[in-house]
Amino acid sequence: MSSRVWKFGDDINTDILAPGIYIKLPLNELAQHCLESIDPSFASRVCEGDIIVAGNNFGMGSSREQAPQVLKELGITAVIAASFGGIFYRNAFNLGLPAIISKDFTKIAADHQIELDIKTGRICNITTGQDLVGEKIPENLLTLIEAGGLVPYLESNLNNN
Amino acid sequence: MGQTIAEKIIAKAAGQQTVKPGDIVTCNVDLAMIHDSGGPRRVKPLMEKLGVSVWDPNKVVLISDHFTPCTDAESANILKLTREWAAEQGIINFYDQQGICHVVTPERGHIHPGMFAVGGDSHSPTGGAFGSYMFGIGATDMLGVLVTGQTWIKVPETINIKWSGDFGVGIAAKDMALKMCATLGMDGGDYQSILYSGDTIENLDMMERMTLSNMAAELGAQSGLIEPDEKTVDYIKSVGGVPGDWQNFKSDPDANYSVSHEFSAIDLEPQVAVPHSPANAVAVGDVGKDQIDQFYIGACTGAKLNDLEMAASVLKGKKIAAGKRLTVAPASSRILAQAIKQGIIEVLLEAGAGLLPPGCGACAGYGVGVLAEDEVCLASTARNFQGRMGASTSKVYLASPYTVAASAIRGHISDPREELL
Ligand code: SF4
Repeated sequence: MSSRVWKFGDDINTDILAPGIYIKLPLNELAQHCLESIDPSFASRVCEGDIIVAGNNFGMGSSREQAPQVLKELGITAVIAASFGGIFYRNAFNLGLPAIISKDFTKIAADHQIELDIKTGRICNITTGQDLVGEKIPENLLTLIEAGGLVPYLESNLNNN
Repeated sequence: MGQTIAEKIIAKAAGQQTVKPGDIVTCNVDLAMIHDSGGPRRVKPLMEKLGVSVWDPNKVVLISDHFTPCTDAESANILKLTREWAAEQGIINFYDQQGICHVVTPERGHIHPGMFAVGGDSHSPTGGAFGSYMFGIGATDMLGVLVTGQTWIKVPETINIKWSGDFGVGIAAKDMALKMCATLGMDGGDYQSILYSGDTIENLDMMERMTLSNMAAELGAQSGLIEPDEKTVDYIKSVGGVPGDWQNFKSDPDANYSVSHEFSAIDLEPQVAVPHSPANAVAVGDVGKDQIDQFYIGACTGAKLNDLEMAASVLKGKKIAAGKRLTVAPASSRILAQAIKQGIIEVLLEAGAGLLPPGCGACAGYGVGVLAEDEVCLASTARNFQGRMGASTSKVYLASPYTVAASAIRGHISDPREELL
């Protein structure tokens, strides 16, 4: 299944993704403010199944987990970026949102259709016909994604013990 | 091959003799620090869902700081839930509206060299100032720690940042931190471990060291360590903590660093980071006389006792500019008490400052003192991302407490050395 791409630049930080002033709101309302300081219409136009592609240090800043959480809430199924803020990277996998590091992010533009293989990191840009490369996810994080995040993972592991 | 301090701590926590960068290991957690925003309100429902409780309540430090004092029914409910959860889980180390987590935790003797610690907040690298491997994690990651007492880590490379020489009057660790952000960028730390070394660092007091470790977060590092020395030990003893086997936590002479950077403090100028990134820091003279609405002395980075002292040294006997506001939110209640004793608070109030209760205040836009549409703030905080301190059209500049105080007198960004020399 192919996904539509939203393209952002470098240093998309957690205050842009989940602004502090709305942090007390329920998740679905907070999500309506996601990215609004740089693209006020993002939350209303994003669709289930879309993918974000961005430059360096995506998700840098705060440890607030609402940053990946609002993206999931809005239907984003993966983020591909040149690099990620370290805490965001951990948070994303804990919530079951794959974060793929790819130096090929420049070969994907807004509104392109792409196909992403989470296991191998292979990205097919349907719009341009190019095959692109993303880094393979470490084994322990792939386990989390397959379980649907850390909570379901703990749920089955604690039950097994 | 020798080990860096980071590698030594991680190896100990993983129960191994040695580790090497790139290894993924599971570590036992010595301390888990959580606050009212990322803590109970997020982990409580998940723990209930899993039917589990905290692995070791004595290893948890809980602090309410982000929503204190509450400003509406929602924040009051968040704090209520925080208190109930503390009682339910038997968390003895619960500090309710006593100040900001990164300052209160060491101030109450909970951090010592060699610890492997996590905090539910991105500025958790502050613990590195005490020779602890401390890093920030999100709420679900914290849930994993609270339930199992363990977490995984990819052993980081160590980046050696060496500072030499003494800086001049009106300059502070905050200027060093901003200079590093400008030079190395917000991903200069590459989610690795920074070691701050050199004679400049050795000469800094513990509070100034905390500023550097704290802002390792702004460099994108996982942690920002400073090797423990006599100053570390003295501080820990003074707050009733136990320094333990601190001599064992120093980097070996032949330890391997992925990168080394050298900075000189001698010619360091006061730095100002223009909106919207700490990496936009330039020398104060290059900013121009930008007009400011709110001057803010606050946050874990910028409202410790020494920060308040810096502000008071500039403001003594002076008044802030007409039509402007200076807002001060001391980092903890102990600091506030000490600052009252030393006459610092009186100086600030006489100058025209408005005083907020200890806590995060306006820093992340969660609490009191936030900015209106299009307002401009000059803050001693760590981070000036767009919309962080309030309305999405507001703007924040960052500087040291000296620079914030001197600028408050004139109403626009100014060089503190002109007030002090
Ligand atoms: S003072 Fe600011 S940076 Fe420090 S913990 Fe609070 S919100 Fe975070």
